[in-house]
Amino acid sequence: MTRHVLELDATRAEGALPHREGHNGHPSPMSLAVRACVLEAKYELLKALRMPAFAIPAIVFPAMFYVLFGVAFGSRGVAGLTMPTYLLATYGAFGVIGASLFAFGVGVAVERGHGWLTLKRATPMPPASFLLAKLAMCALFSVAIVALLATLGVTLGGVRLAAPTWTLLMCTLVAGAVPFCALGLALGLLVAPSAAAPIANLVYLPMAFASGLWIPLEALPAVVRSIAPWLPAYHLAQLALKTIGGGADAPVWSHVAALLGFALAGLGVALYAYRRQEE
Amino acid sequence: MIAELHAVTKRYGDLTALRDVSLALEAGQVTSVLGPNGAGKTTAVKLLIGLTRPTRGTARLFQTEPRSVAARRRTGVMLQISKVPETLTVREHIASFRSHYPAPLSIDDTLSRTGLAAVADRRFGHLSGGQRQRVLFALAICGNPDLLFLDEPTVGLDVESRRAFWQEIRRLASEGRSVVLTTHYLEEADAVSDRIVLLDRGMVTADDTPHAIKARVASRRIRCVTRIDPHVLGQWEDVSSVRLDGAAVEILTRDAERVIREMFARDDRLSALEVTGANLEDACLALTAQRNGGAPSASTGVVP
Repeated sequence: MTRHVLELDATRAEGALPHREGHNGHPSPMSLAVRACVLEAKYELLKALRMPAFAIPAIVFPAMFYVLFGVAFGSRGVAGLTMPTYLLATYGAFGVIGASLFAFGVGVAVERGHGWLTLKRATPMPPASFLLAKLAMCALFSVAIVALLATLGVTLGGVRLAAPTWTLLMCTLVAGAVPFCALGLALGLLVAPSAAAPIANLVYLPMAFASGLWIPLEALPAVVRSIAPWLPAYHLAQLALKTIGGGADAPVWSHVAALLGFALAGLGVALYAYRRQEE
Repeated sequence: MIAELHAVTKRYGDLTALRDVSLALEAGQVTSVLGPNGAGKTTAVKLLIGLTRPTRGTARLFQTEPRSVAARRRTGVMLQISKVPETLTVREHIASFRSHYPAPLSIDDTLSRTGLAAVADRRFGHLSGGQRQRVLFALAICGNPDLLFLDEPTVGLDVESRRAFWQEIRRLASEGRSVVLTTHYLEEADAVSDRIVLLDRGMVTADDTPHAIKARVASRRIRCVTRIDPHVLGQWEDVSSVRLDGAAVEILTRDAERVIREMFARDDRLSALEVTGANLEDACLALTAQRNGGAPSASTGVVP
């Protein structure tokens, strides 16, 4: 690698343009792309960790709410589960949805506003690499959020689940965050940078409430219960509850299908907004 | 030929940013795209690097589609942007950008070429305005590009940084790279460019070497202190522009001798007289003024 750079400089010293047609000695385009994507993900994570305004609310708020509303009412049961067990699933959903919506929605909007995305678009970096890096960052945040909730659940709330169940719950929540990344991306590419955070909150908080993430749906008025199935957060919460033996009667595939639908809708809007910037 | 606009028109809604512009850039040259605000300089650059599509006509970069990965791997870009993510350090930003190129410059080489070695481990958010501008320059060159696009690269730099910057541009050009830049500092463009493309209201007004452009207007600049009303001077034949500078008046003219004779005839106490050859700024002003005054003269127009 280094040797090749020196060769290039030597060609240049003679006043000739280096020939790049045959990439002899270069890493293959595939390995270059993979390496660049991994590096991109690493810096995406560093960037997020060094941004207290994102990292602290993303990790601390779900845990704080879980302790206040979930663990504190430990003795009561709901839908055959103890309250802390039930709410572990829904606050897990609350946490991963928040991280995804804000990382993509607000993160992309702000970087777009500064012109950073335009500059990135002018580099050879494939747009997929940008998205994968942010997705990886979100996934790691999701793991951290759920792990913290699980620790609180076990230590303070007496939650007891079998190891395979823990794994399934974790995987469901982390994978289930992806549709919210797509929705966040649509938001981030569409709205004005300064409006992104307020709009993200306006979507996030009411949706979390109406999907039964804070208080079990069983304890909410009928009107809220009738709205819930129209919200993506409801479907993720139901999937998470199913892994621990709860949830409504609808089959798993119906929730997966609903989440896929929201993901595709988000991606469609995002693609439209992205194309519009190229005009 | 490394980059080309062919009969390109670009509209944003009702606004026509470029009108039937054709432009071909040769390898190994420093080309400055100049013109008043709103002339279409940034649009021309954005079309060449594939950040925007022509409404009509075609844009090519390295004989291919400007937005292709192949073209972008040979291109470095510096745009007028306000910020890059503030929580990453200079070194991290360079490492991330260069990872997308097949044969990038080393991080240390990039840092030393841009005078950033001392602040390499500082976060972008903690840098001064001039340092931030240099980071953007570093991101443009770290991929070891054959062609560099620099949109207003020296905005916000102090005199010393600007000098260092132009020195590095000369070095990059001497290494065989091509450079395309837009700038408001015409004196600097004059010193560094092999070629000037002058845009005005979306059209190419002139496309030549700085020397030829200055010669084309064949103007000289008269500077003196006089009692003659500048508005009257502006009406004279052969006077293309009049500008007040403190107590002095600056006149751009094709026939300095005749204007001076006429001025002495009207004001024999005229003082502090200086006559100089027109600089690039005068030439650009004169060429733009010609167009705005009426139909383009034979010497201007779209260059094929």
